[in-house]
Amino acid sequence: MSLASEPAAQPSRKSKSSLSRWGSPALGLLLPLGLAVGWELAVRAGWSNGRLVPPPSVIYATFAELAKTGELQRHAAATLARVVSGFGIGVIVGTVLGAITGYSMLVRRFIDPSLQALRAIPSIAWVPLFILWLGIFEASKVTLIAVGVFFPVYLGVMAAVMSVDRKIVEVGRAFRLSGFKMVRRILLPAVLPAYITALRSGLGLGWMFVVAAEFMGASEGLGFLLVDGQQLGKPAQIVAAIVAFALIGKVTDWLIVGISTPFLRWEDRFKSPAAQD
Amino acid sequence: MLTLEHVGKTYSNGVHALADINFSVGPGEIVAIVGGSGCGKSTLLRAISGLDTPSTGRVVLDGEAVMQPHEKIGIIFQEPRLLPWLSVAGNVGFGLEDRPKAERDARVAEALTRVGLSDKAGVWPRELSGGQAQRVAIARALVPRPEVLLLDEPFSALDAFTRVDLQDHLLSLWADTKPTLILVTHDVDEAVVLADRIMVMKPRPGRIFDEIQADLPRPRDRQSSAFDRVRRHVMAALDRSLSRSGHNSNAETDPSGAALWW
Ligand SMILES: Nc1ncnc2c1ncn2[C@@H]1O[C@H](COP(=O)(O)OP(=O)(O)O)[C@@H](O)[C@H]1O
Ligand SMILES: [Mg+2]
Repeated sequence: MSLASEPAAQPSRKSKSSLSRWGSPALGLLLPLGLAVGWELAVRAGWSNGRLVPPPSVIYATFAELAKTGELQRHAAATLARVVSGFGIGVIVGTVLGAITGYSMLVRRFIDPSLQALRAIPSIAWVPLFILWLGIFEASKVTLIAVGVFFPVYLGVMAAVMSVDRKIVEVGRAFRLSGFKMVRRILLPAVLPAYITALRSGLGLGWMFVVAAEFMGASEGLGFLLVDGQQLGKPAQIVAAIVAFALIGKVTDWLIVGISTPFLRWEDRFKSPAAQD
Repeated sequence: MLTLEHVGKTYSNGVHALADINFSVGPGEIVAIVGGSGCGKSTLLRAISGLDTPSTGRVVLDGEAVMQPHEKIGIIFQEPRLLPWLSVAGNVGFGLEDRPKAERDARVAEALTRVGLSDKAGVWPRELSGGQAQRVAIARALVPRPEVLLLDEPFSALDAFTRVDLQDHLLSLWADTKPTLILVTHDVDEAVVLADRIMVMKPRPGRIFDEIQADLPRPRDRQSSAFDRVRRHVMAALDRSLSRSGHNSNAETDPSGAALWW
């Protein structure tokens, strides 16, 4: 083993760092796991009937049951479809408007004040209007999600384009880049880190707004499971739907991070994972 | 041949930065431009590079007016300005996009060897020291083989040892293809070490005040008396360029006052 030839201090330092690397996430899991196990035991011991706060085993059973009948998949797919369409629309509009307003001061002066004023309205307040305009079916829901996604993306892209370093752009000009080549070789890579951050906050809002949208009356979707669970007094179904939200939300966020990571290895970040190569 | 014909620049805020600059620089010549802060050196260099256009007059390269950045003109800024999302090799090859990959790789590798950074080809710019980053910037500007290379105080942010090291690097790179070099500096020693000819500028509006030949043999010995003579000459000219009227009585004999010029 090559370790044998290394100084004696090396292995001990390594093991210490790996301990702190694995130690901290495990530490974070301790509290929720402890609570879950504790609650489970409390219900089994008969200290509580667990009717309003179902123990983990009941939640798991509900989750498994919903998954077995295909209900869970159907509702999750409906919700995911709404988020994906709303996110897509919000991202496209937000990116285009953000890029234009970031690039042109004239356009920024012209439309940014109006958009900022609209942003001051809590987006849920639009719901009655969207329902009047677009009906109670998919269109109003997707629109609400798109509005939620739009603002963080728009703001993020505008700020990113505005803050592209003039000196770096000048390097592009000195190499006679213009138009599309300038965008591809200088502007796009320069705004990418901020863009990914904007997409992630947009996605987060998208997941928040889909719940609001599905509360307003839906015949399917994870939000429907929540409302249904409340009306029929099935707390385990509510928690199962919440767990499904958390899982799918996290997975979609991971997708963005995973897809973008190879393009962002250059970033000079504090504790960037790429800094170890 | 690079020629400046009556080049003047007035910025849109009314600052009259340059007035009637005329000079020619031959192929392979090294010209240093020195002058007080704010006397228009950067403005002049940007006008030559085509990044800015002069308000009057024109810059002519080989009979062709320079109106925008030109493929025969390279520029090195005070900061390295490397693109953080490209590796060192990617930065050096930035100006060779349109060449076949094999040629690009070969020229990048050669340039990196010449600046002593072939072992850094794959690393990100964030991992370089200031001197290494500026060497990459030099390689990037030279790799497309420009006829004219412009340098705006390229070494002023570096410590004295690194600066001398990079001056040597620059000279050895210059010797490969002998482009025209126009170097703005506020380091008189740097000007005398590198240049064949030293232009002293005078501020408000910026114009050429004096022109000093530095025809010393190369490589130049910073300790020699001939070197010192040219340096004193340049410093005296700088002092005079900054005195408002004709009061230049002791500037010629007292070069120590010149230390205050920038
Ligand atoms: N973009 C600009 N807009 C307006 N004035 C400028 C600009 N750039 C430089 N100036 C002015 O022009 C003069 C010359 O500046 P500069 O060429 O940068 O001088 P130097 O490089 O010799 O220090 C200064 O008075 C400066 O304030
Ligand atoms: Mg300057």
